[in-house]
Amino acid sequence: MSAPSDNMPIATAIARPKPLLLRHLPYFIFAAILVALAAAVPFDGYIHNILMQAVTFAIAVFGLSVVLGLCGQINLAQAAFFGIGAYAVGIGTSDYQISYWLCLVGGCAMALLAGALLGMSTLRLGGHYLAMVTISFQQIVTLIMINTIWLTHGPDGVSNIGRPWLFQSSQSYLAFCVAALALVGYAVWKLPDTPLGRSMRAVRDNELAAGVNGIDVFRTKVSAFALSAVLGGLAGGLFAGGFAYVSPDQFAFADSIQFLTMSLLGGVASPIGSAIGTGLLILIPEWLRFLKSVPGLYLAIYGLSVILIIRFMPDGIWGFVSSGLTRLRAKVKTPPATATLQLKPATVGGDIVLEVTGLAKYFGGLKAVDGVDIQVKRGGVHALIGPNGSGKTTTLNVLSGLYKATSGKIVLDGTDITNMPPHLRTAAGLGRTFQNIRLFRSMTALENVEIGAERPGNTLIKQGGGDALTERAMEALTFVGLGSRANELISSFSYGHQRLIEIARALAANPTLLLLDEPAAGLNSTEKLELHELLKRIAAQGLTILIIDHDMTLVSEAAQHITVLNFGRRIADGESMAVLRHPDVVSAYLGTE
Amino acid sequence: MMDIVLQLLFTGIGIGAVYALVALGFVLIFRATNVVNFAQGEFSMVAAYLMVVFSVDLGWPYWLSFLLSLGGMALLGVIFNLGVYYPLRHRSFLPVIIATIGASILMANSVLAIYGPQPQVLQGWFDTPGIQLGPVYLDSQYLLIIAVTILLVIFNYWFFERTMLGKKLQATSQDKEMASLLGISVSTMIMITFIYSAVLGGLAGILVAPVLFVSIQMGSTIALKAFAATIIGGFGDVTGAIIGGLALGVIETFGAAYISVPYKDGFAFLVLIFFLVFRPQGIFGERVAEKA
Repeated sequence: MSAPSDNMPIATAIARPKPLLLRHLPYFIFAAILVALAAAVPFDGYIHNILMQAVTFAIAVFGLSVVLGLCGQINLAQAAFFGIGAYAVGIGTSDYQISYWLCLVGGCAMALLAGALLGMSTLRLGGHYLAMVTISFQQIVTLIMINTIWLTHGPDGVSNIGRPWLFQSSQSYLAFCVAALALVGYAVWKLPDTPLGRSMRAVRDNELAAGVNGIDVFRTKVSAFALSAVLGGLAGGLFAGGFAYVSPDQFAFADSIQFLTMSLLGGVASPIGSAIGTGLLILIPEWLRFLKSVPGLYLAIYGLSVILIIRFMPDGIWGFVSSGLTRLRAKVKTPPATATLQLKPATVGGDIVLEVTGLAKYFGGLKAVDGVDIQVKRGGVHALIGPNGSGKTTTLNVLSGLYKATSGKIVLDGTDITNMPPHLRTAAGLGRTFQNIRLFRSMTALENVEIGAERPGNTLIKQGGGDALTERAMEALTFVGLGSRANELISSFSYGHQRLIEIARALAANPTLLLLDEPAAGLNSTEKLELHELLKRIAAQGLTILIIDHDMTLVSEAAQHITVLNFGRRIADGESMAVLRHPDVVSAYLGTE
Repeated sequence: MMDIVLQLLFTGIGIGAVYALVALGFVLIFRATNVVNFAQGEFSMVAAYLMVVFSVDLGWPYWLSFLLSLGGMALLGVIFNLGVYYPLRHRSFLPVIIATIGASILMANSVLAIYGPQPQVLQGWFDTPGIQLGPVYLDSQYLLIIAVTILLVIFNYWFFERTMLGKKLQATSQDKEMASLLGISVSTMIMITFIYSAVLGGLAGILVAPVLFVSIQMGSTIALKAFAATIIGGFGDVTGAIIGGLALGVIETFGAAYISVPYKDGFAFLVLIFFLVFRPQGIFGERVAEKA
């Protein structure tokens, strides 16, 4: 492994930002004022109940903003998790006289466990499975609450629920809940910029690209789902203490839909949206009390609003407002990095970086790749070519783990990666780009490249955390010539530039071997020349490249070594010029006379 | 002992046939649009209420009420497609799923607001309650359900494999762009799919209504079971949906008889989780993973 060497660039150009907590001081001052108001202003019982409900519901809706807004996974059982927390506190404090805190923690733990198990059983599959399974789970929880009378008192519910001794009065308890809301809100607000939050956004934007950039997609989804369940449980526990009574009908499927509507109405992407949505959907029904006389009318309106919001305001109220604000705000320019990008590929094995033996991939009866051997030498540019349908892209997909090999062996720098999932291959030192560009579209160029730099096993950024990550990403972007546009969204870049960002994302990870899938496809001639220059500069730093492309000029000039596939088999292999003159290759490309 | 088993088996297959019919609607929409319609169960519920309105409240003949209800379902299919699915057809699956869930809530609670929470009773098609065949009592409504399911399976096969319209629908579900380049009107095909699956769901609702009560909850209960049935059978597979539905009906009936009545509706969930963990591709498994 390459130790942090003395020629590492030292961060001098970037001014140290103020510590995070100090920068967010206004938030905490504001939160403290709210807590003080909740503790000091005497509300009448009615207002107090509405506030109590709003505060606890908002925490549960924060959970949805994590799982749905950040990670793009659906949760239609938030009321069930809310109910688990509420019943834990209810039954624990009233029937068994257990300490409130213990019950609250226990309730959160149960919600976490239920969420994690539910997620693990379903999150490998498509989204509609999760939707149906969460609905089923919601119904099961309701069934249990009604039918296990010895434990839950059935439809009668649990009463005389306790509060912690410090917060016995409803006034002080409300203040305590507001404080909890402020803390959870802060955590959810900051989550998108943490490594976990970035992984969640990457998974939401493009699961495939997230996987090949070293993100464990399944674990990220389960984490998001479990986190949302915990917030549901916490909110439920607080709710139970606040109202001192819980019953099954408070945690039914309809309530899960209510949470969902709150989240969608305010905007799934941010906790501010969650708070707005929750507040509105608690207040509006209070103002329109007369509607409550007709059973079902409320929920019918909720259902209709869900359809209308999805159709006309997909980002919710806050999304609508904040996109306007962003447009008004001036763009932040980032100075290009001063240090040049260092590529220090790890060197463990010998002369051969990638050793592929007898690789095969069958789709039913179709032998797309059939017993291919490839040896990629360290430090060179190796090209894999062949006519359409010869199995090039299949080979690349098997190499990066998107397809499972039917047989054969893949060894990367001494590690057998044949059976690893994509993110572990990336951790082992594989980097790749896609023919049809797969970037995380809701993020800036810099954030995209940061996700690449975050690759587990990237020895260059181990120490230094967030700043080192940003700096590494800036270096990579500067290296491909886009440093000055780092903070722009992906959608504002041209096709050719998006391709460069994808290459930068792979380079920032400091891979041992870089796989380029038709990098010249769709580029104009100027862009192709630039790409060629870029490949030269990459190769000059000693990074090994395996490239697939149709552009023979690019391949013959850039690659020292060429492997040719046809009908899934290797038909030629060797030094570039010799291979291109090989009669089998000529006939495969041009046909026989 | 054997008598009871046979009796339960008959009831299980009868109720399973209903799940199979709704599951068929799920599968058809999924194959045409790649979207799971979470309001599929509400089609059954709405049709059952239409039956109650025409046949019980207005006192019209059963066959006329039946035709009018199915006509109403066709109309609902059109409204559903235009109001819920079609505007979102170019968006990713998540907004579409959420919109169909919204539609399901809207339908169930509109009916609740109009008709109130009291469950309604609908008479069966036949005046004879049933026939005794050896040790087993064959309820006439269950016999009807099973017969209709068999006919519909045959009809489906004929329709999708032997008619031009069926082939156009299949082409649309497999590759929308190519289908439109071949001159097939994709939006018409999608419209037909929604109409057909609304009618299919409605038919299941009307058939099962005399066996269960006609209630607001019947839609979501049936939908949940039907979804479990499609997973057991293998998502997107017509035969699988039928067999999954029948299997689920039988499992559930035996579970209620021998294990627990209050948790009857929980068995579907357990079977669902079991399949998701151990055999997510279902019995007739195909394409579970999203395309690479």
